[in-house]
Amino acid sequence: MMRDALVIGVQTVLLIVIAPAIVGYVRLMKARLQGRRGAAVVQPYRELRKTFRKGMVIADSASWIFHLAPFVIVGATVAAASLAPVISAAQPADLLGDLFVLAALLMLGTFFLALGGLDPGTAFGGMGSSREMTVAALTEPTIAIAVLTLALTTGSTSLGAIAGTVLKTPAYAIGPGHALAFAAFLIALIAETGRLPVDNPSTHLELTMIHEAMILEYSGPYLALIEWAAAVRLTLLLTLAANLFLPWGMATSLAPVALVAALLAIVVKLAILGLLLALLETRVAKLRLFRVPELLALSFTLALLAAASSFFTK
Amino acid sequence: MNESLLFDWMLGAFALGAAASVALPLGGVLRRVALVCAAIGSASALALGLSVLRAGATWTARWDYLLQPLGGVALRVDSLGAFFLLIIGFTGLPASLFAIGYLKHLDGRMRSRATHALFNIFLASMCLVTCADNGGTFLFVWEVMAVASYLLVISDPEQADAPTAGLWYAVMTHAGFLALLAAFIILAQGGSWEFPVLHNASTLLSPGARGAVFVLMAAAFGSKAGLVPLHVWLPRAHPAAPSHVSALMSAAMVNLGVYGLVRLVFDLLPPGPPWWGGLLLGIGVITALTGVLYSVAETHLKRVLAYSTVENLGLVFIGLGFALLMRGYGYGALASMGLVAALLHTLNHAAFKCLLFLAAGSVVHGTHNVSMEMFGGLIKRMPATAMLSLLGTLALAGVPPLNGFASEWLTFQVLVAGAQRTAPALAILLPLALAGVALVAGLAALSGVRLFGITFLALPRSTGAQQAKESTRIMVVAMAIPAVACVVLGIAPTSVIPQLSRIASDLGQPAGPLSAGLALSVPLVTSRMWAAMIAAVAISAGAAAAVAVRMVGRHRPVRVGAAWNCGRIIQSARSEYTAAAFAEPLKRVFTGFYRPTQEVTIDVHPASRYFVRSIRLRADLAPWMEEVLYGPFVRATRAVSDRMRQLHSGSIHFYLALLPGALLMLFVISRWLR
Repeated sequence: MMRDALVIGVQTVLLIVIAPAIVGYVRLMKARLQGRRGAAVVQPYRELRKTFRKGMVIADSASWIFHLAPFVIVGATVAAASLAPVISAAQPADLLGDLFVLAALLMLGTFFLALGGLDPGTAFGGMGSSREMTVAALTEPTIAIAVLTLALTTGSTSLGAIAGTVLKTPAYAIGPGHALAFAAFLIALIAETGRLPVDNPSTHLELTMIHEAMILEYSGPYLALIEWAAAVRLTLLLTLAANLFLPWGMATSLAPVALVAALLAIVVKLAILGLLLALLETRVAKLRLFRVPELLALSFTLALLAAASSFFTK
Repeated sequence: MNESLLFDWMLGAFALGAAASVALPLGGVLRRVALVCAAIGSASALALGLSVLRAGATWTARWDYLLQPLGGVALRVDSLGAFFLLIIGFTGLPASLFAIGYLKHLDGRMRSRATHALFNIFLASMCLVTCADNGGTFLFVWEVMAVASYLLVISDPEQADAPTAGLWYAVMTHAGFLALLAAFIILAQGGSWEFPVLHNASTLLSPGARGAVFVLMAAAFGSKAGLVPLHVWLPRAHPAAPSHVSALMSAAMVNLGVYGLVRLVFDLLPPGPPWWGGLLLGIGVITALTGVLYSVAETHLKRVLAYSTVENLGLVFIGLGFALLMRGYGYGALASMGLVAALLHTLNHAAFKCLLFLAAGSVVHGTHNVSMEMFGGLIKRMPATAMLSLLGTLALAGVPPLNGFASEWLTFQVLVAGAQRTAPALAILLPLALAGVALVAGLAALSGVRLFGITFLALPRSTGAQQAKESTRIMVVAMAIPAVACVVLGIAPTSVIPQLSRIASDLGQPAGPLSAGLALSVPLVTSRMWAAMIAAVAISAGAAAAVAVRMVGRHRPVRVGAAWNCGRIIQSARSEYTAAAFAEPLKRVFTGFYRPTQEVTIDVHPASRYFVRSIRLRADLAPWMEEVLYGPFVRATRAVSDRMRQLHSGSIHFYLALLPGALLMLFVISRWLR
């Protein structure tokens, strides 16, 4: 019992701690690909420290929801992160919840983020909330079908069980079902974390913002919490992409050697996925908002194909 | 014995309440006595339901001297009936208490007598529907319920659209009644209408006749539950009724459609072919999607909630359809799980929808407005209502750790578990159903943000919202009852699973592999959800963050200033997002479904058309579903009644001549019938 809690705790803390570094890494890679020098990987930590220490300006039209939202976002994101298998395939967090629970916890965070955007009553906050919720709602079916595809081949919707089964039967991972589901999941990931081409994380124009528009009114520690939660969300989803679809390298026992190897494996996998993300973000331009549903429809079709092919190969 | 006493208390209290509203002098005493009686009756119904569910026994009674032509009154409360009785009692109690504060303005008016008496009769008839044990009793109380709720819908003369809503409701509910009657006649084959007899007789029916009974029943109960395309009355009638009645209609009455279908199909009819389940599942998905899409686009507060009822009943029918489908294929355990998921969602929906309709009543009461575009900023003026509404909205949005998520999760799991079976039809149907449920869940979250955010947050958009007052204490207490249930059922959904499994096994389904200790778990897909623990993790993480912010920010200034409006200095409600604007991106995505209509009127200066004085935009959604499905019928009825009107020539001789003609026709018909 104690050991289970420890395994969950260590993995969760690991995800939370490395999250800003992943964001910094993606930014650095993007800068290099664009021919800039870019800031160091640790830059997001510096930014968080700076923001955390600043005073706050609260809009006079805001209510207690505005104060509550950052903490609910952090709570929901951390709870979601605690479910993810990061280094150990034997995942005691399966006792807490499965992929549907994880998706719903992320939705809880999005829900309060959107409320926080609406609360001060500015046009931009409302605009961001409306867009964010639209994108989040349209992403849900893709995620559900991707989960179904994983469950059809591995017989479970629990994260640790999926990773463990794929690890035992590598043929699953290269089957058409998983491959298509992986592609669909990546598109969903981009939409869920507000990356290009759905949303531009480094935009400065309010009218094109989605995520940034919602948090315009936040400053100081609240902003730091929200930014950090967003980084955890990105890292969490990248970790899921890495460990559910390509679980190789994960520790099957709690031996120190296996754990260190698994830690290295996940860092390498995250580095590759982060590089892919940076590559994508330098290659594509932001889509018009009303073209985003087409992208999501594509990912949904991919997921549906994945599920169908799982039926045929069963 | 205990159960009989509770039953007597229940009926006695409702009868007393109805009698008191007629007999007592007009005034506050009448209101209090009638509604306290309703509350006592509801509490007794709740206790009766609990006691039967606890004991696992059934309670029966017969009054042969009543309703003799219909075969006497036969009553029986088994676990299924007790569960729905519990839901009615549980929603009736807060609704009655809420009405004590909510209906104060009716004191001294004649119509308060009718409103209070009908409310008691409505509650009593709903309770009796779950107890009926023969066709005669069932149809009688079903009709009493329909008439009482119809009269309540049209009871408010200030609602301009109430008569139209009532007409739609009356026509739909009576069409359903006819279908129900026809189904019973086929089922009984001229024999007894007692439910136990029908249960045995149904095995002798030919498959075709059974299919006919099923379709008729599905139509009849589906019209009560608001299944698409029979849902058209629901978003009209529920908002027109006073809020405490809307709460009862949305949280209790529509569920009786679910009750009726489960009773008839799972209890009385033998297992049918898979297409029964496929049909219900398909209709359930379409209903859920239609409901949520309209709920997102609607700006009338109570209509948003009414459409959300359509959505949630769709989710319940997805569970039921799944159960029937699996029963058709012979996967008894999965069928049982589907049934449990459907019943759990029925309970959860009843809790949060009761809360939300009462909260809507509180908002309407406080602001004297019904349009979401007229609200805003209510969180500061109605803090208790806002707080409780937030809980209800979170449940509606299906996010953990509230109860809406628990049943949604279970629905996801049973669909995944079912999809692992290798029947080709399942391979197509279940993934699509799963995608549908997921889209519904996402859109429900959007709807939740919009509902709470536009109503309670930001700046007030009207003087009504500006001068809003918090509701009286009793109304807040009434809202708190279902709110507590939402939280408890969300954190400990496992507390009701054993009872629900027992209902399924009482209906002859083998116990499903659905174990529930601390965590809800589905061994078939090795999935678990330990809601309490997840909530604990989330809350402790949030609390840790709060402590960190407190510690770091102790010496930092927190300034309160104007919001950033791109350089505009004055922030007004005109620049904030509206309910319609919030749904705009979605309306564009689903243009094909919504078929929006736009009308732009530009008023220009007579001197030059380049000087625009005002621009008016009127955006609406074309009610194409009503037009396509009911338009021909409405037009045909009109045409026929126009023809009939031509008979009214005004000549008394002509009328007298018609009389012997009618008599002659009756003779011919009676001769022919014999």
